[in-house]
Amino acid sequence: MSAIKPHKRRRFPWLWTALAFGYVFLYAPILSLIVYSFNESRLVTVWAGFSTRWYGELMQNEQLLSAAWLSIKVAAVAATIAVVLGTLAAMTLVRFRRQWGARSMGIMVAAPLVMPEIILGLSLLLLFMSMADLIGWPASRGQSTIIMAHVTFCMAYVTVVVQSRLAYMDASLEEAAMDLGARPLKVFFTITLPVIAPSLVAGWLLAFTLSMDDLVVASFVSGPGATTLPMVVYSSVRLGVSPQINALATIIIAVVVVAVSIAGYLMYRQDKLRTNRQ
Amino acid sequence: MTGASASAGALTALRARWRRLAPGRWLVTGLPWLWLVVFFCLPFLFILKISLSEPALAQPPYLGWIRETADGLVSIVVNFGNYGLLWDDSLYASALLGSLKVASISTGLCLLIGYPMAYAIARAPSHLRMPLLMLVILPFWTSFLIRVYAWMGILNTNGILNNLLLWLGVIEQPLAIMHTPLAVYIGVTYAYLPFMVLPLYATLSRLDPVLLEAAADLGARPLRQFLTITWPQSVPGVIAGAMLVFIPVMGEFVIPDLLGGPDSLMLGKLMWTEFFNNRDWPVASALAAVLLVVLIVPFLLLRHYETRAALMEDAS
Repeated sequence: MSAIKPHKRRRFPWLWTALAFGYVFLYAPILSLIVYSFNESRLVTVWAGFSTRWYGELMQNEQLLSAAWLSIKVAAVAATIAVVLGTLAAMTLVRFRRQWGARSMGIMVAAPLVMPEIILGLSLLLLFMSMADLIGWPASRGQSTIIMAHVTFCMAYVTVVVQSRLAYMDASLEEAAMDLGARPLKVFFTITLPVIAPSLVAGWLLAFTLSMDDLVVASFVSGPGATTLPMVVYSSVRLGVSPQINALATIIIAVVVVAVSIAGYLMYRQDKLRTNRQ
Repeated sequence: MTGASASAGALTALRARWRRLAPGRWLVTGLPWLWLVVFFCLPFLFILKISLSEPALAQPPYLGWIRETADGLVSIVVNFGNYGLLWDDSLYASALLGSLKVASISTGLCLLIGYPMAYAIARAPSHLRMPLLMLVILPFWTSFLIRVYAWMGILNTNGILNNLLLWLGVIEQPLAIMHTPLAVYIGVTYAYLPFMVLPLYATLSRLDPVLLEAAADLGARPLRQFLTITWPQSVPGVIAGAMLVFIPVMGEFVIPDLLGGPDSLMLGKLMWTEFFNNRDWPVASALAAVLLVVLIVPFLLLRHYETRAALMEDAS
């Protein structure tokens, strides 16, 4: 990667102002959520002193907790399936590029990344209804249909993440293993997989987050019994600002920051190990 | 980035060996391929099918194409009436225009804020670039719904922004931003900004500094350097980023629903209303089909430039 000489940056103070403005724009709303989650008053706008009462009330909210548990289960299963399928898709796109189906796969993987969720949700619901009509499966909608829908758009993200890692991985490692007579399956599990493992972790976390966060697709493909966390949050938020949601947001942000820091540190360490070895 | 050092020839040879040696490659390609065909491509046919069906008060709320009449005859009924309705009722046309307007303006705003950010990150000292980029991506990892919700607390008539401005004495009366188009622009720009910054950064970080130095040596002023060198080279990133924002925003539902007013008409919101409130699945499907057709050109543009901008490559 070529670098633009950094010493010239003093000439462009406005550029750094713009960057700072961008970060303020990105983080001020998130900070406001965190600050007001510790507000004693029910009114979000009036500061009435520090309090953790909304966290306490959140822990009593049975409906929200069971929805959160369902979302975690759905996200864990969907992310795991998405990582398996996404890795296979990435292998196809990077290692078997000339293979039949690789070209169409490239398009099919790129489309869900930008496809409006509302189209994805509606089309999947119509598919599930017709499938139930024709082959009797899925008999009812709920947890399993949400998982299938989430796998579909999550695997596209996983593919992109794994694909870039595969494309930049040192090809001579696999070559050497093959020269020594290792079978492709063994090469994959002993050489390729360990090298791309950080991207699988990143892909899994990304898929988990996207699944946990999805409101629109789940609203379409869910059945009466299955209410996910975003669906509960949405129906509460529609009625206005609520301190309990602020507390929930703060917990989610804390979890994300911790997870991303750990993942970032692990990837950084692995990168460093690799560059040291070479 | 060490792998890039492997020569292209060696990589092609490796690909050939993988292809020759791996007997399970059909499974490797076939599994994800089949999944995407069944759960991503096939459903579009059902959208088309339902959009050509008649609505009915039933479960599911539409009639099939194939019907048996009382005297035992089987007839196939294809109904184009839903598309006729979309054409005749100006509500749908104004929803399409509303979506186009919001998507275009927000894409412009994202570019306006995102370009200097991406440029500044690309010019930052190399050890700072990854952390700065991570800071752009991090909000994307927290809940989308909650980030939109945060703006409700800020923009409300008695919200944080109004209280701050009143306290500072900038305004006398609270501003009515919530439930206006402005609130939707702010929300969309905020939620989609990372999608603009990433591809822009990918192209800008690959800009050859020698070109800028040469231009400076020849006496070009910074503005001229930018217009003749930086901007033309970043166009693939600009288009990729613009499409990454524009396409999903065209069908956006959550932001106009939570931040927009009752008059903020957009396709995604209208589809949601037709589907969940009016239970008119055929019209909702017809709207989806129209939206899909509208998005084909932007999607092809994205595909074309994405390969050059190497989207998300440096981000992951």
